[in-house]
Amino acid sequence: MTTAVLSVFVPLGAACALAALAPFTRRRAGWTPVVVMAATAALLAVTLARPGPRLDFVFGGWAPRVGVVFAIDGIGGGLALFVAVLGVVALAVAARTIVVESLAFDALMLVFIGAMIGFCLTGDLFNLFVFFELMGVAAYVLVAYEVRRRAALEGALTFAVTNTVGSILLLFGIALLYGHTGALNLAQIGRAVGPDPATPVRVAFALLACGLLVKAAVVPFHLWTADAYAVAPTPVCILLAGAFSELGLYGLARVYWTVFDGALDVRAVLLVAGLLTAVVGAVMCAVQHHLKRMLAFATIAQVGLFLTGLGLTTAGGVAGTALWVVGDGLVKAGLFACVAILRQRFGDVEAADLHGRGPRGVGVVFVVGALAIASLPPSGPFLAKAVLEDAALAAGYPWLPAALLVVTGVVGGTLLRVAAQVFWGLGAPPPHDPAGEEPRDETARESERGGAGLLPVLAGALMAAGVAWGLVPGLRTAAGRAAAVFTDRHGYAAAVLGGRAPHVAPVELAPPGATAYLYAAGSLALALAVAAVGLWRGRHAPAPVQALRRLHNGRPGDYVAWTVLGAAILAAVFAF
Amino acid sequence: MNVVPYAVAVWLLAVGVYGVVTSRHLVHLVLCLAVAQASTYVLLLAIGYRTPGRAPIFFDIPPGTPVVDPVVQALTLTDVVVEATVTAVLLALAVQAHRRFGTADPDRLGELRG
Repeated sequence: MTTAVLSVFVPLGAACALAALAPFTRRRAGWTPVVVMAATAALLAVTLARPGPRLDFVFGGWAPRVGVVFAIDGIGGGLALFVAVLGVVALAVAARTIVVESLAFDALMLVFIGAMIGFCLTGDLFNLFVFFELMGVAAYVLVAYEVRRRAALEGALTFAVTNTVGSILLLFGIALLYGHTGALNLAQIGRAVGPDPATPVRVAFALLACGLLVKAAVVPFHLWTADAYAVAPTPVCILLAGAFSELGLYGLARVYWTVFDGALDVRAVLLVAGLLTAVVGAVMCAVQHHLKRMLAFATIAQVGLFLTGLGLTTAGGVAGTALWVVGDGLVKAGLFACVAILRQRFGDVEAADLHGRGPRGVGVVFVVGALAIASLPPSGPFLAKAVLEDAALAAGYPWLPAALLVVTGVVGGTLLRVAAQVFWGLGAPPPHDPAGEEPRDETARESERGGAGLLPVLAGALMAAGVAWGLVPGLRTAAGRAAAVFTDRHGYAAAVLGGRAPHVAPVELAPPGATAYLYAAGSLALALAVAAVGLWRGRHAPAPVQALRRLHNGRPGDYVAWTVLGAAILAAVFAF
Repeated sequence: MNVVPYAVAVWLLAVGVYGVVTSRHLVHLVLCLAVAQASTYVLLLAIGYRTPGRAPIFFDIPPGTPVVDPVVQALTLTDVVVEATVTAVLLALAVQAHRRFGTADPDRLGELRG
């Protein structure tokens, strides 16, 4: 066994042990899951110390082309390590705030994180599907954890139904691809798919993309996201918003660059879908008054920007996106930790009820997070956005940096607006939001309590990490190398099937130049303007926005209908 | 290649998803989802089928006998387990919805809007 395999088996094994003990005790596991996850993170760090791409492990001692393989490279392994680190944070928050007396919660969290790590490391398409489903099922149950609340039940239902339809589409795609190539190993499928693939292979890619984009919350597959994120316990939110959505994008990028690179032109589709997602997410974010729903739509907007980064289909785009995923994930986790503080103090996360009541110290952390999202230098999101701007210019999309500026400005401004309302009581109290209403008597028996000392420290530490991410020495070089390896389809195949590590020239990522600072200044200025307008004007959203809000109606049937429509469009675009 | 199993798979997917979209009862919705999931079993088995093939167990048949593809059978089995888990979770949620809120109609359960 290698350290990579252990990093999946340790959390899953610990989860099995905890689940087996659960019927015999009413105590929580305390800090045990945190220790398990810290050990997992250490294993992944050791795994990453040996650079890839490389064939890491073949299960059952088969030849790589028959058995299930783990294949490690900088992007997949790095994402797995990031998931594990977020997992440590989430489990630490859970140890202090979740008071439900059962080991089952800890076991589910470990299964959820273990499956996410496995998803990042596997080199086998069906194995990818199994981890995809495993993390999905664990997430459905975790979202429904406060099942006494109507909204939690409804959010979990729409989440589970929509994602199950997505997984059916994904499996359809896998079956078509297997039928055409006779292989499940990604490297082997990649060798079997030629430069001008047949229609079933094209449709297979469309279906695979649908399944993964449902998870990634890309328009029009995103409708379940806010319902689920708004009701999940805060530690689960940290993982959902910080890593879960991004894993859908990672899966798509992995499949594209191992199998379809050079065979299909996905640029236009991904750029359009990404921009649409970013705009819808930013607009919906701007009209929210429920803090968790607001952060959920901020996540959707961010995922849209990540998708445009991947949609450039260049190594530079991948490098910028990877840097941004980590920076944004840290900042988002810090923001959710701030929300957790408000929640345990006031039992409520609606701006209307919290007006001017939030503690100012937490408010400062929240404002730093909002500014970092609006790419405040030298934060992680600023560095990542600068890299992505260069990549967009190099790929011939000079309008993309402007789009990034507008979206990050609107999202950051919305968060600034709500911070001014909640922590400083500026502006008129916002209207009561029908989307976030929770009956008082039910919130009274809240499952999140305690942890008064830990949470503020954690929120501050996460935010500091998100800002410091932009200053890590050698980060650009490492990201450039990992992205060049990730986007080298033949190198991956050679490493997995032939055992030879290829030599790839890393992409050079320039440090942020004057234009990057100008764009950041524009984004920050727009954020301040959006915050001011939101505070002193803008009581009522215009009619098109109201119509857009009405589409997010919480009905699983409607969400599935939109998913099918999106799948039909994607299949039609790629088939012809 | 026989087209019928592929047509059956697409048909099952279509009717299952139609049922999910129009459902007014959570148990009905979950079962429609199970029908849609069944389409993947049919598709996988159809892809691995060889016309004169036998079951891929080389215990009492000589090597070289044409057999159906064992890989898709393993995939289908895994898929059945995974989808059974999902169905169980969803049915548990449906039971909770009925017990706590007295309705199994997804449209009347709604609280989150916009």
